[in-house]
Amino acid sequence: MGEWLQFFELNEQSWSWDQQKAEEAWRKMNVIRAFEEKSIELYKQGLMGGSLHSYIGQEAVATGVCMNLNTDDYITMTYRGRGQAIAIGADPYKLFAEMLGRKDGYCKGKGGPMHIACRELGILGANGIVGAGIPIAVGSALTAKYRKKGQIAVTFFGDGATNQGAFHEALNLAAILKLPIVFVCENNLYSEMTPIKYSTLNEDLAERGAAYRIPSIVVDGNDVRAVFEATKAAVNRARLGEGPTFIEAKTYRLAGHMFGDAETYRSKEEVAEWRQKEPIKRFQQVCLQEQLLDEQRLNEIQNQIYKEIDTAAQQAMEAEQPGMEEIFTDVY
Amino acid sequence: MSTKKIVTYAEAINEALREEMHSDPDVILLGEDIGSYGGVFKVTKGLLDEFGRDRVIDTPISEAGFIGAGIGAAMTGMKPVVEIMWVDFTLVAMDQILNQAAKMSYMSGGQTKVPLVIRTQGGGGRGNAAQHSQSLETIFAHVPGIKVVLPSTPYDAKGLLKSSIREGCPVIFIEHKMLYNQKAEIPSEEYFIPLGKADIKRAGKDITIVSISRMVHFCLDAAKELQKEGIEAEVIDLRTLVPLDLELVKKSVQKTHRLLIVHEATKSYGWGAEVAARIQEEAFDELDAPVYRVGAEDVPIPYNLNLEKETLPQVRDIVDAVRNSLYLSI
Repeated sequence: MGEWLQFFELNEQSWSWDQQKAEEAWRKMNVIRAFEEKSIELYKQGLMGGSLHSYIGQEAVATGVCMNLNTDDYITMTYRGRGQAIAIGADPYKLFAEMLGRKDGYCKGKGGPMHIACRELGILGANGIVGAGIPIAVGSALTAKYRKKGQIAVTFFGDGATNQGAFHEALNLAAILKLPIVFVCENNLYSEMTPIKYSTLNEDLAERGAAYRIPSIVVDGNDVRAVFEATKAAVNRARLGEGPTFIEAKTYRLAGHMFGDAETYRSKEEVAEWRQKEPIKRFQQVCLQEQLLDEQRLNEIQNQIYKEIDTAAQQAMEAEQPGMEEIFTDVY
Repeated sequence: MSTKKIVTYAEAINEALREEMHSDPDVILLGEDIGSYGGVFKVTKGLLDEFGRDRVIDTPISEAGFIGAGIGAAMTGMKPVVEIMWVDFTLVAMDQILNQAAKMSYMSGGQTKVPLVIRTQGGGGRGNAAQHSQSLETIFAHVPGIKVVLPSTPYDAKGLLKSSIREGCPVIFIEHKMLYNQKAEIPSEEYFIPLGKADIKRAGKDITIVSISRMVHFCLDAAKELQKEGIEAEVIDLRTLVPLDLELVKKSVQKTHRLLIVHEATKSYGWGAEVAARIQEEAFDELDAPVYRVGAEDVPIPYNLNLEKETLPQVRDIVDAVRNSLYLSI
């Protein structure tokens, strides 16, 4: 197992980002946070159908990974996947419109919060079935390899997905075909309402990538810098035709599995402890310590984002409903 | 002038794959033992040598994994044809087929198309017992978003598969294991058969018999026997369940005023019930007798060949059902 499994440590001495990169990360993480907070507000007002699964607390994973991607790369993600969509550049207005089931939504209001897809950004789709997007991403990596244009695929999934058959089948297939794909496991410690430690005996889920002879890395998922650097190496490997990489980003879901979840499976103290380690707060400290961005600039960006998100949500609430003819379009 | 040649059902499918792979470099094959082994029923024989490992991909035994990969490849511009060795094995990959492939276009608001063909084979007749003999077509036909094709002849198999690969949406193409060695004439030139067009395999005026896949041949044999007593049965091969060519069935019923539906799938909740319901809704006044169905007994398929034969519909059952519909003694 040893040679296949690594624990990524960010080298604080050699690490350096310029102001532009720091702003990009700060901006993306804050847009995701603001978007998710606003979504909860809209959900509470009864403006959305179904369930809402918040991404709050995991922003560093989507941001750190997607900062390495191009829009002709392919992405699949989960029902918690607005974070990744925003990180790759999705328009908050069109996302809100989709969440509210409106005509202007990415999926014309026919997919909803769990099924965000955006073809022009390479987002093949969020998925309502745990683990199901993983083999689909493997298939897009097959296309990428066949086309030889340097594209890669990235698939995001949770800790719970690593117990699904589709996960294991997909990893094995990608390994033997040496496909250009990065598997990103966001281990937020809870598989829906059950602690992952009760669902598997592997403490590090990256062991499961290593088991298939895929180079596998455990990384601090609440440190956007570490996620970025670890992914950069994985993306390079994929682009060079060296095959798949598995990244386990250890993070924490600050909200429940879905809105309204009673969260009886964890203590308030545990959540409070993780709140101290949450990714936006941590990156803010880094920016200040390293004098990358000062407090005024950080706040300025943040305030502007919250305003923009408010506007986008307001516009989406005023957007048109899809016509009834949409029931019968796009079936095939 | 068109020329003809004689091929088996398996060779006809092989030709369809070869022609489509020649005409479109995005057509690739995935499946178990399809490469150097050429597939358990030898349908993909010779294709690895001709097109190489990039396009003819032997997969691990992991149907959910490689159907999923087929979906992802299809969504990103390829036209994968995935072989599932036995239709019974699709059941371990139903999430990928029915939750993923069948819903991607709709859920994405039409942003994503899934031009994927899942080729497989079903049916009984060779003592493969309950997990290798099923007729599961109704399951797929019941879930919107996937087209369902079941060819009965070499001619249909080739023309329908070529169209399926170009259909631009998920298609499940269910071959019949007992038909692979059946020989028939096909044109030497390229041809296509559109999905959703049923075919009158035998014209008649006294009763309409609607069927699909191997049972079409049983219906034709039954029609021959009935002819001896002066009964002229019209045999319609639906060829595809989705889309369903109900119009042709209706037209035939307007002529014969009697309808019998024959399928190898278990009778209860089978597609025959759907056709019967639709005909009574849309052509009730045309009927001179109840719509009858012949299907397999509602049991898992037994291994013993005598028991298997008794479980599956036979020519005798079809003849009896026709006589029943014509109010003749059985």
